[in-house]
Amino acid sequence: MQVPAPVEYERATSVDHAIGLLERLGSSARIIAGGHSLLPMMKLRLAGPEYLIDINDLHGELGYIRIEPGRVRIGAMTRHRELLESDELAEAFPIFRDAERVIADPVVRNRGTLGGSLCQADPSEDLSAVCTTLGASCVIRGRDGERVVTMEQFHRGPYETAVGDAEMLVEIRVPVRPGGSSAYEKVERRAGDWAIVSAGAAVWMEGDVIADARVGLAAVGPNTTGIPGVSEAVRGRRPSEELYQRAGDLAARNCRPATDMRGSADYKRHLAEELTKRALRRSVARINERV
Amino acid sequence: MRVSMTVNGEEITREIEGRLLLVHFLRDHLSLTGTHWGCDTSNCGTCVVWLDGEPVKSCTVLAAMAGGHEVRTVEGLERDGELDPVQQGFMECHGLQCGFCTPGMLMTARALLDRNPSPSEAEIREAISGQICRCTGYATIVRSVRWAAAREAADSETTGSMS
Repeated sequence: MQVPAPVEYERATSVDHAIGLLERLGSSARIIAGGHSLLPMMKLRLAGPEYLIDINDLHGELGYIRIEPGRVRIGAMTRHRELLESDELAEAFPIFRDAERVIADPVVRNRGTLGGSLCQADPSEDLSAVCTTLGASCVIRGRDGERVVTMEQFHRGPYETAVGDAEMLVEIRVPVRPGGSSAYEKVERRAGDWAIVSAGAAVWMEGDVIADARVGLAAVGPNTTGIPGVSEAVRGRRPSEELYQRAGDLAARNCRPATDMRGSADYKRHLAEELTKRALRRSVARINERV
Repeated sequence: MRVSMTVNGEEITREIEGRLLLVHFLRDHLSLTGTHWGCDTSNCGTCVVWLDGEPVKSCTVLAAMAGGHEVRTVEGLERDGELDPVQQGFMECHGLQCGFCTPGMLMTARALLDRNPSPSEAEIREAISGQICRCTGYATIVRSVRWAAAREAADSETTGSMS
């Protein structure tokens, strides 16, 4: 029987209350949202908080998807199912729906949250790859206000984030530019599993030329990995199979997969190449479908 | 700590440890052993119950987190001694063999039909994709859910024509 070690339970009634509790309890406290990353970690004794601060009552405050001119703001308590079902979000960034379809299963998606997924900082985590791909930023709140960090700053290594002891992640901001689309491609061992490798792509077109593109990979490094070289290589060029191949080669060369039970480093490198190509191809196809 | 919640319509209060999982609370503290305890890792789905009307895996929810909320278990499916149509469907269409996955399957199926009274086979398979039947009886489980959907459609037609 797997059960968490003894832990004290507190329930936050507001973000400020949660931050106040975190300040008082220090590093012995962890926030629990959906619990579908933290409770399994606690059962395995990979996490051992003395206090849990339940923020599920803050869904009203932190569960939202707001499409604004120039950016999309998503509250940290927004659940997977809400991300999956939002037509507005799928319209702006189809990559979210692509990813949500292959995250765990519908029952798990009823509980798990965007903020919890990012704070878990698992190198294979899909929404981290999505947010890396989209150049999202993370809003972290503490007693003295908010600070905004990039995804690269947010993740500090496997299972480590920039969120301090008395801080919490409250919002994800995704910049919106016109003429873009996006896609997510994942290979896993069985439905709903963590990725062996996955690749996200976002492409912005001006006329028949790629104005900009971004690629983000999961499970090929200590955190989800952006591949800036791809952006440079495709900018100002017309989409073509040769161009996707070049991007795929760059992704494969610039990632650091490790051999583990999910696959060999060589196989993962192959997937990084192939999935980068597919994600770019699908992003461009989506832009063309719209025109 | 003290926790109060509504389980199958009944207000209950118990003294529990903060670390207690909802599945063990239901089974060991309330003797509602209809909810099964399976993989411990939120993979198998036999522990699915409803939390405020949404199916959740009760091995990955603390009992404390359900405090102040409404929980419904497989014991809460039958009404006034009459089995829910999904339960009848599982009987009619051989939807269970060993029966271990059944409580989770029933709760997920009921939630699906409440949202989508006429699901396609693909929609049923997607809905139960977080659940494992190790007898591999998926074909008959899908058939059972379809039976329940058809039964409910027929019932509502009858009710509609009577009113």
